[in-house]
Amino acid sequence: MIAQLTLGERRAGLIILVAIALVGLAMAIAGGNGPFGVHGALVLVGAIAGTFWLLGHYLDAPPRAERLREYYDDPSKVGVALAMIWAVAGMGFGVWVAALLAWPEFTLDQEWASFGRIRPIHTTGVIFGFGGNALIATSFYVMQRTCRTRLPDQLGAWFVLLGYNLFCVLATTGYAMGVTQSKEYAEPEWYVDLWLLVVWVTYFIVYLRTLAHRREPHIYVANWYYLAFVLVVAMLHIVNGLAVPVSFGTDKSYPLFSGVQDALTEWWYGHNAVAFFLTSGFLGMMYYFLPVRAGRPIYSYRLSIISFWGITFMYMWVGSHHLHYTALPQWVQTLGMTFSIILLVPSWGSAANALLTLNGAWHKVRDDATLRFMMVAAVFYGLTTFEGSFLAIRSVNSLSHYTDWTVGHVHAGALGWVAMISFGSVYAMVPWIWKRRAMYSPALVEVHFWLALAGTLIYVIAMWNSGIIQGLMWRTYNESGTLAYSFVDSLVAMRPYYIARTVGGLCFFAGAVLGCLNIYLTATRAPASSAGDSAVTADPRPPVGAMQPAE
Amino acid sequence: MFRLHDWLEQRSIALALGIIAAASVGGMVEIAPLFTIHQTVEDAPDMRLYTPLELAGRNIYIREGCYACHSQMIRTLRDEVERYGPYSLAVESKYDHPMLWGSKRTGPDLARVGGKYSDDWHVAHLTDPRAVVPQSVMPAYRFLAAKALPTERLPDHLRAQRAVGVPYSEEMIANAKADAFGQAAPDSSQAEGAKARYGADTTISSFDGEPGRLTEMDALVAYLQVLGRLTRVPYASSIAGPP
Repeated sequence: MIAQLTLGERRAGLIILVAIALVGLAMAIAGGNGPFGVHGALVLVGAIAGTFWLLGHYLDAPPRAERLREYYDDPSKVGVALAMIWAVAGMGFGVWVAALLAWPEFTLDQEWASFGRIRPIHTTGVIFGFGGNALIATSFYVMQRTCRTRLPDQLGAWFVLLGYNLFCVLATTGYAMGVTQSKEYAEPEWYVDLWLLVVWVTYFIVYLRTLAHRREPHIYVANWYYLAFVLVVAMLHIVNGLAVPVSFGTDKSYPLFSGVQDALTEWWYGHNAVAFFLTSGFLGMMYYFLPVRAGRPIYSYRLSIISFWGITFMYMWVGSHHLHYTALPQWVQTLGMTFSIILLVPSWGSAANALLTLNGAWHKVRDDATLRFMMVAAVFYGLTTFEGSFLAIRSVNSLSHYTDWTVGHVHAGALGWVAMISFGSVYAMVPWIWKRRAMYSPALVEVHFWLALAGTLIYVIAMWNSGIIQGLMWRTYNESGTLAYSFVDSLVAMRPYYIARTVGGLCFFAGAVLGCLNIYLTATRAPASSAGDSAVTADPRPPVGAMQPAE
Repeated sequence: MFRLHDWLEQRSIALALGIIAAASVGGMVEIAPLFTIHQTVEDAPDMRLYTPLELAGRNIYIREGCYACHSQMIRTLRDEVERYGPYSLAVESKYDHPMLWGSKRTGPDLARVGGKYSDDWHVAHLTDPRAVVPQSVMPAYRFLAAKALPTERLPDHLRAQRAVGVPYSEEMIANAKADAFGQAAPDSSQAEGAKARYGADTTISSFDGEPGRLTEMDALVAYLQVLGRLTRVPYASSIAGPP
């Protein structure tokens, strides 16, 4: 890895690592025994280890000039590995939190293992750890192919990838120690937020520099989505993260906004984390890997344009549908609901565009589990966005809100769409970047597919049932006009579904473990392929070239 | 339109600016007016601030992720009002940095739980939820009673709260540690000070049953007991009186 860096980059890397080590030292001293100090020590040890590693290879021969004729896929390889590790860890914690609701003493009497602390470890682990690493790894891969140029340098991509994983580690270990801002999907405290901002700005610069060097006049659709993901997530992160720390030596901060303004800012962020992290980014993935794997051009270029701008414009309005019937002014609720319903148009535009692209390649969907992962992802994307628009209607939301229905909806999207499109893309990309003929075991991919699909269906159906039952029990009146059920009655009714949900999650988790194993075996043991796609001069894959230009 | 796009998709900076422009509108139209339209947050002249002990308890509530299963937002729906009490008003979370409205009820709403149960009940329930509610799936928080509440930094916390807009006075900041101790020690000399600074309705109680020792249990129970009781305004239009 370091042998690939130029001498100048090695020096710059050293300076960055020493700077990070000094920040870690300052944090460790200021924070003492508290979580802030622990995080400081963690940063310090990590940076020192990195420094020694870099120094150990500092005098290696400089990279050869021929490297510039090949795409730079090393960061994507490490990114895939990290994504899979986070997938197993995040989903493992998911199974654990699910089990806690059926067997509450399963915390092993550990302070850090209560539902409230490990639930964000699960959400951050899967969304940011697994999803984020998958996005970074594939975006580096896709941007080089669609721009027909190598990454502008070797260091930037490594800084983004490793820096981002430091963010994930600080965030999740922080929750275990009770460090949280309590804002859902934005739990990390101020100093972790600041670090992510540094990483994210670098990510944007790497992207822009790659685009600047492109040899294709047109920027391909996948890149619009990746670009929207990078830019808008930065915007959301900055506004929602505004906070005043108690002091430099403490992890604790108080958000700038309070009450109703804080609530809408949080859900403006929260729903658009869904939009720009979990939708836009993964649509970028889909727009490259699905047509390439199917060997078909994107069905409609114009539909891509309409969907893209529809999603980018309209999603930002819909966060208020998380706050129906609350103390949020009704005009905002109504606006949010209206846009949520219109949003179905661009969402289904994207889903239809994906599925129609498969016309003429359905036999491949039948035979190839990798492509089937992507096809099912597009179907779940369509189903989930429909359900989302439906749940955003005030009267429906009065029943569904606060119940497991929301949890079911989220997992239909997270398991059915985000994870499936990621697994499909990773299974497509792994043999290409490791220059292998195919995955080590296509049969194992097939098993993973069925485990993932079964797990998703069990999970989602269990949560639909429990959510609707819960919502109905809370609002049922008896003949004398009083509430028919106590809260505890509804909780007891949930138990079978909580067990079913744990089983569904376990299936999905088992699939991810098999995926890890298969990817490891592909990287180390699968027969090599001579025909790679790593040469910059190689013709782009057919669908990319076949993208119709605008008239 | 497609011709324009043909131009746009060949320029990365223009494309980036277009994305930022398209994505900015929604937030500006929906969030910005909430700061300027007066009716967004009702007036509540009797609204009091969290005491230092309650604020510390709130931070424990946040630390433990209680908001993941308990909402603090009663919606304007008949069954919710009958189950939990008058619907929540925006003003009630005016000093909540961050708000804890929540999004999921694995457990019941807590917006008006203050005063519904005794301190002893809360202590027993937090220590072993299933001893009180056999069907409960709540985690046990046995360690809270054993952990001393650190108070040295409480003035810093109040100062940071003031920086984001909560009107803590210099006197409140200076006496934060004493007020935290006094609120959980009814017979102590500091108890009067807490009452004088935060209002006659402030609950002074030896929450965990040990007045001499300030624990995290004291703080969390103090916070739970103040939920829904910072102002009486929500009860003005309701048949039910405040607890």
